[in-house]
Amino acid sequence: MGVEVVVEGLTKSFGRQVIWQDVSLTLPAGEISVLLGPSGTGKSVFLKTLVGLLRPDRGHIWIDGYDLANCSEDKLYELRRLFGVLFQDGALFGSLSLFDNIAFPLREHTKKSESQIRQIVMEKMELVGLLGAESKLPGEISGGMRKRAGLARALVLDPEIILVDEPDSGLDPVRTAYLNQLFVDLNTDFEATFLIVTHDINTARTVPDDIGLLFRRELVMFGPREMLLSSDEPVVRQFLNARRHGPIGMSEEKDVSELEAEAQLGHDPGALPPIPPQLMPTGNRVRRGQQPPGAWLAAHGVIPPQGSFIDDRGRNWLEEYPRLVSAHLNGVR
Amino acid sequence: MIRASGAFVALTLDTLRAVPRRPFHWREFLQQAWFIVSVSALPTALVSIPFGAVLALQAGNLIRQFGAQSFTGATAVLGIVREASPVVTALMISGAAGSAICADLGARKIREEIDALEVLGIDPLHRLVVPRVAACAVVAPLLNGLVTTVGLIASYLFNVIAQGGSPGSYLQSFNALAELSDLWISAVKALVFGATAGMIACFKGLSAAGGPKGVGDAVNQTVVFAAMVLFAENFLISAAVW
Repeated sequence: MGVEVVVEGLTKSFGRQVIWQDVSLTLPAGEISVLLGPSGTGKSVFLKTLVGLLRPDRGHIWIDGYDLANCSEDKLYELRRLFGVLFQDGALFGSLSLFDNIAFPLREHTKKSESQIRQIVMEKMELVGLLGAESKLPGEISGGMRKRAGLARALVLDPEIILVDEPDSGLDPVRTAYLNQLFVDLNTDFEATFLIVTHDINTARTVPDDIGLLFRRELVMFGPREMLLSSDEPVVRQFLNARRHGPIGMSEEKDVSELEAEAQLGHDPGALPPIPPQLMPTGNRVRRGQQPPGAWLAAHGVIPPQGSFIDDRGRNWLEEYPRLVSAHLNGVR
Repeated sequence: MIRASGAFVALTLDTLRAVPRRPFHWREFLQQAWFIVSVSALPTALVSIPFGAVLALQAGNLIRQFGAQSFTGATAVLGIVREASPVVTALMISGAAGSAICADLGARKIREEIDALEVLGIDPLHRLVVPRVAACAVVAPLLNGLVTTVGLIASYLFNVIAQGGSPGSYLQSFNALAELSDLWISAVKALVFGATAGMIACFKGLSAAGGPKGVGDAVNQTVVFAAMVLFAENFLISAAVW
């Protein structure tokens, strides 16, 4: 079962430039969270701060009762063992083959024999669909394969927390969809806590249990997926619907007069689109951290837009989900 | 500037702290040492031939006007053993090995490989920097010996064959001035220069930022800074010893 990460009042600046300030959120154990934000709002910086590659100016990151933001170097290295990180381009070691890359953490941190290592590496490579590419060098394979190899390497020490930096960057939509499915399946299998940093709206709308949005140097909102997808907050609405009209402009942000002019012209971010059903794990399974569709909406008396929770095959997940859960329970029994 | 110097000192101290940590990465050390030798041995030897010859030529001409031609051998001790060979070695180490080390680490840095190492719980200082700096420090005195040997042979041959000096007086004046300690100090200088050049290369490589151009800038700065620092160190050591 994954580990909970509690971030309190985190602030980071480079010189006089504040990247974000006073960010507080809780990544619930075993759930998938997505951190969204327009380009250049310090999403990757946040991710690197979370693993202690960058030290924040202020604030705390509580993991397992330890404050990762303010602990000793030795403790930091120990806490990092809880993490698996998938960097933007995979960050594979260029001089090592894929097999050696994935075996690297095992060879460094465990006393396993070569045959045990081989077994684990092959298992992870199969998981990410890379069997047969063991002896390739990172320079010889495509970006998507590099990402999957990076993911296999991140998984090899069975991390409790998996951080993913822009899984969609440089990938075509099909590969992105495969990768997203892989995250959901991995979360089902290992129940690790996931944080995916992205600006891909489709990923943000369908994959996570929780969404956070960084904008204007602060965390605008963090909460359950359905809360953000049904939110009236202008920034959230604009970003999750990919509209031009709203507080987010072409450059960093629009100024107030521009916004007022827009309001007078009667532009508004438009009606909320239907909330899509959440991406389900393969094999008719249910994730442990998953909430039934519509649960948050019902609990807070919010009525979703027409056509919500209906997938492209026309199934209504408000009805489909309980059926799946009971079938699953029966199957288990 | 002050911030960068501070960061460099901090990195150097952290690296020193990582030196005694076990296991020492021998494989990486040997690979790097062999790499440094292979990129710098030949150019170093080729540079030291004209260097020895030109020293014999210039000093020989001047000394002949004083009528002290038999002392050309002594100038070779002062020039080649004590000063030139450590500096030539250092320039070659920073130019050939330092630039390669900086480019390698810089490329790894911008590809986030260094971050990945840290996240996998591996200290890049212990894993990458210590073996590289150690390799530079070990190879430099060896190259220094090569420069000294080749430079002296070149100077001798040039003096004896081209300038018509007498072999006996060359060797005699050489022996009159040369002491074994000259060789030791020269070797120690080379060791210090090698370690410094390696450290600067690693520092610049690890602080590379801003994509491929950042790596290019870092390599350029490595060579320039290393040369500046090495000449300053050479002056300080020479002034302190002689």
